Amino acid sequence: MSRHTLSVLVENKPGVLARVAGLFSRRGFNIDSLAVGATEHPEISRMTIVISAEDSPLEQVTKQLNKLVNVIKIVELHPDVSVQRELLLVKVRADLASRSHVLQTAEAFRARVVDMSPDAVTVEVTGTVHKLEALVRALEPFGIRELVQSGMVAVARGPRSMTDRALRALDRSA
Amino acid sequence: MTEQTTGARALVRSLEAAGADTVFGMFGGAILPAYDPLRDSRRLRHVLLGHEQGAGHAAEGYALATGKVGVCVAANGAGSTNLVTPLADAYMDSVPLVAITGQVPSSSIGTDASQEADIRGITLPITKHNYLVTDPAEISQTLAEAFHIAATGRPGPVLVDVARDALEAATTFVWPERVELPGYRPVTNPHSKQVREAARLLVEAHRPVLYVGGGVVRAAAQAELRVLAELTGAPVVTTLPARGAFPDSHRQHLGMPGMYGTVAAVAALQQADCIVALGARFDDRVTGRLGSFAPDAAVVHADIDPAEISKNRRADVPIVGDVREVLADLVVAVQAEHSAGRSADLDGWWSVLDGWLTKTPTGHSAPSDGSLSPPYVVEELGRVAGPDAVVSCGGGQQQMWAAQLIRRERPHTWITSSGLASRGFALPAAIGAKTGRPDTTVWAVESERSFGVTSHELAACVLQGIALKVALLSTGGLGSPAHERGLPDIARLVEAYGCVGLRCEKADQVERVIEQAMTVDDVPVVIDFAVHHDAVSWPVVPPGTSEEDIAAARRMAPEWDREDGGLW
Repeated sequence: MSRHTLSVLVENKPGVLARVAGLFSRRGFNIDSLAVGATEHPEISRMTIVISAEDSPLEQVTKQLNKLVNVIKIVELHPDVSVQRELLLVKVRADLASRSHVLQTAEAFRARVVDMSPDAVTVEVTGTVHKLEALVRALEPFGIRELVQSGMVAVARGPRSMTDRALRALDRSA
Repeated sequence: MTEQTTGARALVRSLEAAGADTVFGMFGGAILPAYDPLRDSRRLRHVLLGHEQGAGHAAEGYALATGKVGVCVAANGAGSTNLVTPLADAYMDSVPLVAITGQVPSSSIGTDASQEADIRGITLPITKHNYLVTDPAEISQTLAEAFHIAATGRPGPVLVDVARDALEAATTFVWPERVELPGYRPVTNPHSKQVREAARLLVEAHRPVLYVGGGVVRAAAQAELRVLAELTGAPVVTTLPARGAFPDSHRQHLGMPGMYGTVAAVAALQQADCIVALGARFDDRVTGRLGSFAPDAAVVHADIDPAEISKNRRADVPIVGDVREVLADLVVAVQAEHSAGRSADLDGWWSVLDGWLTKTPTGHSAPSDGSLSPPYVVEELGRVAGPDAVVSCGGGQQQMWAAQLIRRERPHTWITSSGLASRGFALPAAIGAKTGRPDTTVWAVESERSFGVTSHELAACVLQGIALKVALLSTGGLGSPAHERGLPDIARLVEAYGCVGLRCEKADQVERVIEQAMTVDDVPVVIDFAVHHDAVSWPVVPPGTSEEDIAAARRMAPEWDREDGGLW
């Protein structure tokens, strides 16, 4: 099974997340990653959904998703023509002896230190899944105290906007 | 047009503005504020049912008999959860329905308040769309959207849950002139290139079949279907929800396909080189194991729901659109093919199909001792009641006999729970059908078990003068006494409700007792047919059919998942 990233524009209304999540689980799909947030238009939210699926079930779930009344538009974003990013916050054990090594490692990944205490350092990094995984591997020997990761967000490369047409549709209905 | 009113009155005004004339419901709790204006309405008839499941199925029966949107109303809590079965049923069978439920006051929502149930959350997977309304100003807009969504595209149920305080509050009523939903724009115009490609496949095929599903009934496309069928000469099969979409008396009609279909319909699909699926969904009861279904067929699949196309069987030519428009365009495209001198010779195909029709017609054996067999009763009912009577049937063996043996000539005369095969559907759906078409004779065909689920709705019939008829296939009179199996004495039961109860035990009484029932037009009649146990087996063929032909039919059929496929 291959991983697919779906960008889904939805109406910003109560219950939409439950509709989308319920549809995936009902049709037997696991969501690998999910991020929901605002767009440039207050009435539209954008979901970025990463799932593992074969082509034919993916087509089916996309069609079913499209049938939800609150779903305005779905685009699949291929990794080679889109920018895909996740955010990771990781709290690493770092005493006086190990702290400089931890900071060097973080710097090598262009991670930012966002909190520091006598025993631990918290670093923030954004990037692709692969970069985040590599950083975690590099930090593991120091001792990871806590790790939290966002869902992936993604946007297509190039000048075109997936929200343009959706916004026009929204204007027509206003 | 703006007027000062209350949320409850806005709700009733919205129902009127949406064109509803009948509401099936059960009052109580948080929906009570809506009942005063509902009672005052001169354009809405409220039909009171004894249970919300009955109200939901009645709204379905109304929709299926009239082609209009059915409306049901229920209270909060258990009142709303009792609608789950009819909503799931309407969702499976694409029945246009608007269900309105009362909800606890908005300040109490989410607190596990008395009689609170999150019916919007509960019905997410079994409605086309649903709403929770807490602002009275949103009631009319929401109702307008609900009717629009229920009736257009692929029809289906829409639930509107309204908080009690929204019903009680003062508001203004404005009926929106149009409804535009940015995420809901069903494609109704078929793609002309796809239609031309379908027409080419159809005229080049040597063994074509028109596989007609419930979508043809929903789209009221029976006239266009007939034109296409007669233009191409192709055989037609009609699925369980599509019975009546094509006349059973038409020589090109092979009957119902599938696990309990006619041999000719099953054979036609299995041996086809081109299947044109029209508003059908390749349900497992039609295809059996997909890998064994119609191995040589190229598939044209026309449906208004793009998600149905290639869901089960891959379509070679997908056509998204309203099936009525698809059929109209296909007729033009096939005529163009014919004008260009391209048309298929189907004589060879028809000689194969006529062979199946002759050797293995649909039929059943009558017991030699004059006792009653269920298929005999059902067939006689169809014959005596005639093609204009509406027949309603829930899930069960009686449904298969009725679908096979009651001949249908027109859509909207056969009302059944197809996808969900709900027990207890027949009687309340018949109430809805009779309410929507009061001048038509409406028969509910019931088994004992199916009847037991909703038989209390006879009270609603008597109370409101809904003079429908019930043909009950009961084995209670034979073998062990009924009460030992938890079944009531039917005659005493229906009499207690105030119905006319008739009983029939012998084959030679069947016609007379049905005719007797048809003379009663002021109260419901229940005929208790004391049938012996019988089980549907396939093929359903008359006595004298050769073992060899039966074996050949079984060999030809697709593989059925019968181990988990027992309907009953």
